[in-house]
Amino acid sequence: MKILVVDDEADVQPLFLQRFRKEIRNQEVEFDFALSGEEALKYLEDKHSEVVLILSDINMPGMSGIELLGHIREDFGDPPPPPVVMMVTAYGDDENYRQAMDKGANDFLTKPLDFDLLKQKLKNLAE
Amino acid sequence: MYFFVYLGAFLLLTRLRTSVKFTELFDKWNMLLRWSAIGVAISFFVFGRIMPDVITPFLGPFILGAIVAYTLKEPDFKPLKGFINTHIPLIVMGFLDAFLDLVAPEFYGEYEDAFQIGVLLAFVWIFARWASTKKQQQELRMMSVKKDELEAIVAERTSELTNQRNELQDLVKELKATQAQLIQSEKMASLGELTAGIAHEIQNPLNFVNNFSEVSAELIEEMEEELAKGDKDEALAIAADIKQNLEKIRHHGKRADGIVKGMLQHSRQSTNVKEPTDVNKLADEYLRLAYHGLRAKDKSFNAELLTRFSENLPTIEVVPQDVGRVLLNLFTNAFYATQQKVKQGDPKFKPVVEVATLLKRGMIEIFVRDNGTGIPEHIKDKIMQPFFTTKPTGEGTGLGLSLSYDIIVKGHNGKIDVQSKEGEYTEFMISLPLSAKNS
Repeated sequence: MKILVVDDEADVQPLFLQRFRKEIRNQEVEFDFALSGEEALKYLEDKHSEVVLILSDINMPGMSGIELLGHIREDFGDPPPPPVVMMVTAYGDDENYRQAMDKGANDFLTKPLDFDLLKQKLKNLAE
Repeated sequence: MYFFVYLGAFLLLTRLRTSVKFTELFDKWNMLLRWSAIGVAISFFVFGRIMPDVITPFLGPFILGAIVAYTLKEPDFKPLKGFINTHIPLIVMGFLDAFLDLVAPEFYGEYEDAFQIGVLLAFVWIFARWASTKKQQQELRMMSVKKDELEAIVAERTSELTNQRNELQDLVKELKATQAQLIQSEKMASLGELTAGIAHEIQNPLNFVNNFSEVSAELIEEMEEELAKGDKDEALAIAADIKQNLEKIRHHGKRADGIVKGMLQHSRQSTNVKEPTDVNKLADEYLRLAYHGLRAKDKSFNAELLTRFSENLPTIEVVPQDVGRVLLNLFTNAFYATQQKVKQGDPKFKPVVEVATLLKRGMIEIFVRDNGTGIPEHIKDKIMQPFFTTKPTGEGTGLGLSLSYDIIVKGHNGKIDVQSKEGEYTEFMISLPLSAKNS
């Protein structure tokens, strides 16, 4: 299962790789990363059919996660199945949640990420 | 005829007494003058009866002369000197009259009328002078009353002016205190705007610290498992990861530390101590804080942050809190301007806030540019004035730019300029001299 993580903080990359160390080794999941919404869209141009799940931060300089979500839903919805998108934010307020859900997010997670919960969600997704 | 001489002496004493009445000299002279007057009257009656012809005519002028001589010497009666002097002709006439009557009674008898008229005239003379002196005295008294009135008025005015001056001085003191309070509350207001940004900025590194330490604990367990299995290579790989994680923990810990220190520095009273400062770092820090500060209030807001920092920038002697406040003000304004433009509803508009630094002719220049609403031409002159704000009541203190101006121009001997086109952009430029001599 290929997962794209979009976050402007580069250090989330080693964090995910280590947190999912076993899963990666068992080839249950595979991670790719983008540091901005723009980069994520570029990545998706080529590989949107491979990506099953997108985890995106909302607050990023330039294109925000919400905007990215809008683009994903507009541009990459056609060949089924559309990717599952989970929004991640440090501002876990109602307004952010409403916006994310309006734009078609599948889930809404707040920072700091609960990796056990995330793993559980991935397991449900894989089944 | 000597009656007039006695009368003159009697009246002189009475008048002297009257003249000291209602003054502080009254107690000193009252009794003496009164008893002297009575004494004169008694002498006249007693000696007039007992030895009317021999002593009495001489005694009168003598008594009068003694009184005149005595009072002329007395400084208390100095103002009446002129009046006292008018008695001298009467004394002279009295003596002459008595003397001639004694020495040449025949001659005296022949011209008695003339002598008597002389004594009378001398007596009348006293009255004439008395009247005119009295008039003069009245005038003098009037003048002194007026003088007193004037002096009272002057004193009153002076005290009014003194009061006014004191009031004004108090007012100036109050204003200075208020000014200091305003500066502090403006600082606190900007700190309030920052709080959310700061919280966000601290939350991120803290998340990393927590996550990396948790995952490291997991890794150590795994490493132990691998060692138990005897897979040394895998154990070493895990150890390398742990090492890397510890570095990351330290890095993010320091990041949080720096943010907290910056916040404390901002809220503290300015020490006015100049220290070598990396302007690029300062600008970057405050740009992020201002951005997150605004976004905490308006979650939908997003802007592109551009930094074009000159790499060869030397450190510069400035008060970092103060210059930080200026930058914070400019960034906050820049974000506000773009936010206002977003609210105008153009879907294609992308907010951009840009900060650039440049080394130029012994000056460090800092540019803060936004593509927001711009500054209308007619208020450009006013933006640096204290209390001028375009924000709705309660949102802006109107002191941000005015304080910025003071800090840059008065505090650092620098310059602050603005260029703007309404509806398109605003660019502030701060120049700070490199030399540490900036006052």
